[in-house]
Amino acid sequence: MSIASGLRPKSPTERLLAGNSWLVFAFFYAPIVLLIFFSFNDNNNVGIWTEPSLRWYGEMFRNDEVMRALRNSLVIAAISTVVSTILGTATALALERFRFRGQRVYDGLVYLPIIIPDVTMAVMMLLFFAQSFRLMEGLFGFAPEFGVGTISLSHIAFNISFVAVVVRARLGQLDPSLEEAAADLYADRWQTFRRVTLPLILPGVAGGALLALTLSLDDVVVTSFVSGPGATTLPVYVFGLVRRGVTPLINAVSTVMLVASMLLVGASLVLQRNPKSNDSE
Amino acid sequence: MSTAVELTGVSKLFGDVVAVDGIDLAIADGEFFSLLGPSGCGKTTTLRMIAGFEFPTKGSIEIHGREMGLEPPNRRPVNTVFQSYALFPHMSVAENVAFGLRMKRAGDAEIAERVTRALDQVQLLLRADARPTQLSGGQQQRVALARALVNEPEVLLLDEPLGALDLKLRQAMQIELKELQERVGITFVYVTHDQVEALTMSDRIGVMDNGKLLQIGAPQDIYEHPTSRFVADFIGEINLLPGKVIDSATVELMGGQRVPAETDFAVDATITVAVRPERFVLFDLEENVPAGRNRLEGIVSRRVYHGDVFFYDIDTPAGVLEVKEENRPGVELYEVGEKMLVTWDSAAMTVVRD
Ligand SMILES: Nc1ncnc2c1ncn2[C@@H]1O[C@H](COP(=O)(O)OP(=O)(O)OP(=O)(O)O)[C@@H](O)[C@H]1O
Ligand SMILES: [Mg+2]
Repeated sequence: MSIASGLRPKSPTERLLAGNSWLVFAFFYAPIVLLIFFSFNDNNNVGIWTEPSLRWYGEMFRNDEVMRALRNSLVIAAISTVVSTILGTATALALERFRFRGQRVYDGLVYLPIIIPDVTMAVMMLLFFAQSFRLMEGLFGFAPEFGVGTISLSHIAFNISFVAVVVRARLGQLDPSLEEAAADLYADRWQTFRRVTLPLILPGVAGGALLALTLSLDDVVVTSFVSGPGATTLPVYVFGLVRRGVTPLINAVSTVMLVASMLLVGASLVLQRNPKSNDSE
Repeated sequence: MSTAVELTGVSKLFGDVVAVDGIDLAIADGEFFSLLGPSGCGKTTTLRMIAGFEFPTKGSIEIHGREMGLEPPNRRPVNTVFQSYALFPHMSVAENVAFGLRMKRAGDAEIAERVTRALDQVQLLLRADARPTQLSGGQQQRVALARALVNEPEVLLLDEPLGALDLKLRQAMQIELKELQERVGITFVYVTHDQVEALTMSDRIGVMDNGKLLQIGAPQDIYEHPTSRFVADFIGEINLLPGKVIDSATVELMGGQRVPAETDFAVDATITVAVRPERFVLFDLEENVPAGRNRLEGIVSRRVYHGDVFFYDIDTPAGVLEVKEENRPGVELYEVGEKMLVTWDSAAMTVVRD
């Protein structure tokens, strides 16, 4: 039977569907290939091919502005990932494992940052910082500046929700009797978390952290609203470059960002697929 | 013998649901005590309150004379074997078993020695480095047992520990468990809804229904002398015949037959007479029935062959009786439609409130 169906000629519908998926594939990846291809182009013009070279990559590493933006990006991503992973995991634990007043409302609100549009989030954060800084100015006579601090805080704000969602999904699959067994075997709350809960949700936590890292590295809208003079991130810098006129430098920077993102997503997929490989000790 | 676990007026409410309803219970040191009852009767909830996963809404729980109050599970001298085993999937078998000792900060040498001994006891020494998921259901069950027993708890709580095993393995494990309990001498509180399991393993059984503890007694007590219609009906096969009290020594069955029976119930009270199917003996109409046996004339309406036994349904004025007769060599068979006498001894009969 299986042999027969294997030899069966393909129906027109099947051919059409197969063709379609190739088209979609091409549609997705042609621009990427083009981007990477032209990033190795030795020409001052973005779209005219002359010969392959690493010229624009060299230019990128020598460009102080690019390097500063890259450094900011990495610092902000690191800070916001660490903080939002801790807070997001704590949030997921609170929602899954404890009962408290107003939990229902909180449960709904936690997902808000995922739902509301980036621009709204950006305006909100800007307004919030502007008002707080005004207040601080009035109270203490000084206020912080917009920059790495405000960007990090904004990224933390939206990342907590994403981490919480990912970790919660993992927690939801965890048999609660495992934690009860730990308690039964004389582990206190903290030991239970440290020895049983955390190792078992670790793939979820790591996945959430990678998602946070990726989102932080990719964000343009929120960041551009709350960034300050001289403190911009790589994507926002690229965005600014484009408005001033496209140079092949952008291709090189974009390619680097693309590869970094793909590595992160790949790592996160591997982590999610292989929970067993994440033992504690 | 001292008391291991004592429950006094323990109730548990979940919102409006009364899961456990005023239980009084004293379990002796070294006893194998089973809580038996149908699904949802509150067995698990009772066990979880002893373990400290739930706290009583009312009443108190003492373990070896110590009031437990709001003591968390990790500070109670009991261990639990969960129905789902709840083995830690990220630890090896040995690490699972060592967990409790680790938490108690036992020394490495002591841990190694006791873990080895515990695994040896459940014949899993060779699988010490395996992951729980690599083991069969029966093996996982034994790891769960070793993980609890290695701590030498004062009381071991088991919630349907054999529930997930198939019949053969289940029966083998029943014997193994009982032997283990006798060897280590730890008090077992064992939850099950399987009456055969409870009858074969326990020193005493507590039968629960609807959050209430209806009867506590040795397996034979419970089986031979149920004190309520529910217990009579829940444990084993039984005939329940409606009747009423004539005086303190006589009851009347449906159809007017009077039989001697000691009762404390008021005259004219409607009661139920309970007789096990294997307690009936069949006689031919003209045969000499030994004196003192109660008798009813009946007609066979059905006969079912079960290999080792025959089941008869017999129409009598007191109702349809189910009779179980052993398939002995030379046993006299009655055909459907045949008339005969159903007889039984008053001692084999229990009168319970309707
Ligand atoms: N956490 C809970 N919240 C609300 N109701 C509960 C909870 N736990 C148990 N109950 C209710 O309490 C009653 C007793 O439940 P319990 O689990 O003790 O029964 P059980 O005798 O163990 O039954 P089973 O044989 O099915 O395991 C049931 O009606 C159940 O629905
Ligand atoms: Mg139960």
